[in-house]
Amino acid sequence: MLDIHGITCVFGGLTALDDVSFSARSGEITGVIGPNGAGKTTLLNIITGIYTRTAGRITLDGRDISGLPPERLTRLGLVRTFQNIELFGKMSVLENVMVGLHTRSRSGFLACACKLPHHLREERRIREQALELLEFVGIVDLAGTAAANLPFGKGRLLEIARALAVQPRIMLMDEPAAGLNSRETWQLGDLIRKIRETGVTVVLVEHDMELVMDICDAIVVLNLGKKLAEGTPRQIQENPEVIAAYLGDE
Amino acid sequence: MRRELIKFALFAAVVLVIPATIKGGYLLNVLVFVGINTMLAVGLNLLLGFAGQISLGQAAFYGLGAYLSGILTATYGWNPWTAMAVAAIAVGILAFVIGFPILKLKGHYLAMATLGFGIIIYIVFNEYVDVTGGPSGFSGVPGLSLGDLHFDSDLKSYYLIWTMALLVMLLAVNLTQSRIGRALRAIHDSEVAARVLGVNARLLKVQVFTCSAIISGLAGSLYAHTVTFISPSTFGFHFSVELLTMVIIGGLGSIYGSCLGAALLTLLPEFLRTFQDYDIVVYGLLLIIMTMFLPGGLVQGFELLWMGMRRLRPGRAGRNA
Ligand SMILES: Nc1ncnc2c1ncn2[C@@H]1O[C@H](COP(=O)(O)OP(=O)(O)OP(=O)(O)O)[C@@H](O)[C@H]1O
Ligand SMILES: [Mg+2]
Repeated sequence: MLDIHGITCVFGGLTALDDVSFSARSGEITGVIGPNGAGKTTLLNIITGIYTRTAGRITLDGRDISGLPPERLTRLGLVRTFQNIELFGKMSVLENVMVGLHTRSRSGFLACACKLPHHLREERRIREQALELLEFVGIVDLAGTAAANLPFGKGRLLEIARALAVQPRIMLMDEPAAGLNSRETWQLGDLIRKIRETGVTVVLVEHDMELVMDICDAIVVLNLGKKLAEGTPRQIQENPEVIAAYLGDE
Repeated sequence: MRRELIKFALFAAVVLVIPATIKGGYLLNVLVFVGINTMLAVGLNLLLGFAGQISLGQAAFYGLGAYLSGILTATYGWNPWTAMAVAAIAVGILAFVIGFPILKLKGHYLAMATLGFGIIIYIVFNEYVDVTGGPSGFSGVPGLSLGDLHFDSDLKSYYLIWTMALLVMLLAVNLTQSRIGRALRAIHDSEVAARVLGVNARLLKVQVFTCSAIISGLAGSLYAHTVTFISPSTFGFHFSVELLTMVIIGGLGSIYGSCLGAALLTLLPEFLRTFQDYDIVVYGLLLIIMTMFLPGGLVQGFELLWMGMRRLRPGRAGRNA
């Protein structure tokens, strides 16, 4: 579904990504792992149009999407979450998700300012859909809380609910388990599986090996900007190069 | 939503009753300007308080509205209402066109660019003497009228301008509570996250910039037709800073706050004549004090005070019992 062809990214003298290629198959959870500084976040930033690549090509269902700005990619069904959660802190949890529904509503400046009937209907629909999404990730009881006041783990869930609001076909997550305790991580694993079951393809960048090995269908390993290995969780666990890279890192 | 409507209705009622409670003609005259400044502050607040984008060129849009209206009516004999509409549209188009390159800039660069724009327009007002009358000003702008009703007294002007100001406030409040308002606040908090969720940040910023320019242009037209005389000094950098101070004092992101800020900064100098030459210093100081001690503005200050009092009361009752 999502195909990465020879992505290279150079920051000044530093090659953060060096000719990385892999594919995320439709309906699967593809894990991207690698030690700190391997270039995982950089890869997501390039795919989602936040950084510009030095070389390479990205296609979504065969369509070239390299270099498209994030808001265009969203309309093509690609969304992401952030390693350092990027919530709209001053807004309520519900409103955060309602921003995610922005592309699924139409009303323009005039309709909004004049509260035209179709805008009010749309507003009610968005509110209900947002509540359903909060229900789905399990934080509907926090709908009225300011996002900035959420405990960290709930913030992660909110970010996921908000990303799901755009009705993505593919969702890229950057270390969603970082900062979660083991119970929360376990719940997150269930949630990601549930998301896959709704038909969303997932690319999961993650440090938590247990989670990755548990829920991923395929895994790509990055090290120092290069792709080190690719395969099923079993293959990766047994790959000597991967073991060496991780041991060398520790 | 209903609470919001009640709040607005109460506010509107107070505004409409005020003229009956004051005798002085002069105070009424000043209140007319509070109305105009409220419109301007609300316009800037949409841009700064919601989308988080600064503009130090608001006075230019205000001036353009005033001059376009003035010139089209006094020089070319247009109907004032038509002139007002055309001026607003023209200002809007200009803002939309310059908005795309300017709003690509962020922070200080955006401040500098809008400042530059303001200065250029100010120079145009001064130098195109044939058209604008230059530094000595432009007079003979006709007043507004609706059928036989001529807005020629302070009282009539008050109702005209406050009707417009209330309308602008109502529309602004509605806007900020809609999907557009949420998207603007989202851009303010985290532009990347907003974009990743499909919000076209670039276009929205230009649109809200255009919106605030149109409101400023309208305020300018109203000013011109009310005062009937305009001169460049009203529309200089100085006034852009004054507007910024109004918005920040009242509270970023609070529409009613903008009205409060406009009222304070319009009324105070009238009573504290001694400020006269130092007012820009006073604005600077106010800005510093507010951003340091009450970044949420006066309206938030009142809210905090109100909540504090509510928290105190049950406590005291408990002690007595
Ligand atoms: N904007 C940038 N400018 C310069 N260098 C950068 C930039 N972003 C990332 N890098 C560098 O690129 C390399 C890869 O960083 P990246 O954040 O992608 O790693 P990561 O795999 O996500 O690591 P972590 O597991 O710590 O999140 C690092 O050496 C980092 O310093
Ligand atoms: Mg990272």
